[in-house]
Amino acid sequence: MVLQAPDIVEKPMAVGTTIAPSGSIRRRTRLRRKLADNAQAYVFLAAGLLCFALFSWYPLAKGIVLSFQQDNFVTAPSFVGLDNYRAILADPLFATAWINTLEFTGLALLFGYAVPFVVALVINEFRHAKGLFRIAVYLPVMLPPIVSVLLWRYFYDPGSGLFNAILSFLHLPAAGWTQSPRMAMICLVLVSTWSNMGGATIMYLAGLANIPAELYDAVELDGASIWQRIRHVTIPQMRFVLLVLLLLQIVSTMAGVHRAVPAHWYDQSGHYHRDDPDLPVRLHGQQRLRDGGRDERLAFPRTGRILRPLPAPDESAGVRSPI
Amino acid sequence: MSTAARTLISDADLRRRHGKLVYRLVFAGMAIAFVLIFVFPLYWMFVSAVKTPVELAQPTPTLIPHEWHFETFLVAWQKLEIGHFLLNTAFYAVGGWLIQLTVDVAAAYALSKLRPLFGKVILAGMLASLMLPAAALLVPAYLTVAKVPIVGVNLLNTPWALWLPAAANAFNVYILKRFFDQIPNDLLDSASIDGAGRFRMLWNIVLPLSRPVLAVVSIFAIIGSWKDFLWPLLVLQDPASQTISVALSRLSFASYVAQNEMFAGLALASVPLIVVFMIFQRSILSGLSAGALKG
Repeated sequence: MVLQAPDIVEKPMAVGTTIAPSGSIRRRTRLRRKLADNAQAYVFLAAGLLCFALFSWYPLAKGIVLSFQQDNFVTAPSFVGLDNYRAILADPLFATAWINTLEFTGLALLFGYAVPFVVALVINEFRHAKGLFRIAVYLPVMLPPIVSVLLWRYFYDPGSGLFNAILSFLHLPAAGWTQSPRMAMICLVLVSTWSNMGGATIMYLAGLANIPAELYDAVELDGASIWQRIRHVTIPQMRFVLLVLLLLQIVSTMAGVHRAVPAHWYDQSGHYHRDDPDLPVRLHGQQRLRDGGRDERLAFPRTGRILRPLPAPDESAGVRSPI
Repeated sequence: MSTAARTLISDADLRRRHGKLVYRLVFAGMAIAFVLIFVFPLYWMFVSAVKTPVELAQPTPTLIPHEWHFETFLVAWQKLEIGHFLLNTAFYAVGGWLIQLTVDVAAAYALSKLRPLFGKVILAGMLASLMLPAAALLVPAYLTVAKVPIVGVNLLNTPWALWLPAAANAFNVYILKRFFDQIPNDLLDSASIDGAGRFRMLWNIVLPLSRPVLAVVSIFAIIGSWKDFLWPLLVLQDPASQTISVALSRLSFASYVAQNEMFAGLALASVPLIVVFMIFQRSILSGLSAGALKG
């Protein structure tokens, strides 16, 4: 605690104790000091509190309120109770959107979680050039997401794209990539994995470097094979990192549905999704907003968002189509 | 700590002839795969920029361009106004970084060292915002920025629309607070006996001790705002005020932009961050590693 000048003058040695002239005065000065301390603390907090209140807590509350309202952003909004929720639950595309989201999340987990772990395991064994591998795997993370998306769009291009050129060089039939309904989802997951796996790999490597060497020595003496060493030493020791990254991954891919939206690009000619190429966008609702917000279905998307069961951290790396 | 210590496979195993062979094979395989997967796309981007449009349109792409037209970069710079948009992005990034640092350091300092009433509740409220994706609050956040409650100003198309929401960064507040928590209170107490005020303590004691965490927060703030796409796309509709990412996505639909110029634009947009990464890769990667271990 901070001392005030009189205390120091009167009793310089006894830091932290105050002199007690009489009960009530002491209580009053203590209260005053506490108030002053708090006031100062809140001065430091003020800017942060204001930013959070205006741009984080208020939009959250507003989002919830809006989900119960019909609003065209021209006239005053009116409360419609649970109508929006009912409407979106009745919308057959809502279920499709959920299935697509889960499919994307599942695939992204499979690639984005497992692949970096295996890569980190292998790199960690290297005795040379480990640093170069770390840099290489993190390079795509440093690209602005729009650059990686546009770049991969050129790779995937069914006409003059690089991938089909490679296929034809190998005398294999050309593929539709993002324009084939079967491959579209995988293609998107690959882009997302490519541009984001660097972070996970670096974190796994940090975890691997922290495993005590004695453990490996001990199990090796007992005759454990490499696979047994991974199972009984590496994975248990990595529990914490594995768990944290699993959570991060689930949450960020669920939230990253908007990353799926670049698919929308590819359907300038053809459609990408089974049922509706526009789905992820529809759940975003933002397109309508930019159209001038006069769509009467405007309230749906918002409800859709609030029904999202899994909250997620801010993944500002989101890539989205400019529609 | 244990960097030089053994890993999954012991050095003795690797020294055996069989081990050596397998090691070399795996190492070479990984090296080739990494070059193909992570480096080659970047090479392709730069090389496609210097090719002629005719060469780009060939059905069999050339690995090495027949002619090197470096002037494409100059053309893209002028025609697509890459410089203007890069400058915009840099301005938003630096401004956002300063504001984030000021606001979040002050808040973390108050929460960690001044410990006001309800401090824990406030911290919990801030952390709760981490649970929600920015995308989920897009519409209400947009409406808020278009008409800020109480004051009623419209921040759209101004830098403040990016800066102020970015300052509400719970992650920054949290790691700063955790770092400040480790600074002994005795240091601050003795400073206050010497007559230092709260601000002096922050400026002269806490901040100099917090250089590592400030570096990490700064780097990630700048990278984050440089890479941000969705939010700037929404709030900066005026083409003149757009960031490089938003501008590129708009230009990718413009018919007057040739493909090689587009590649040049993409390459130019990536250069600043890649350069930053090459300079600061040590602190970026170790900041990330530390984050993984401390959770």
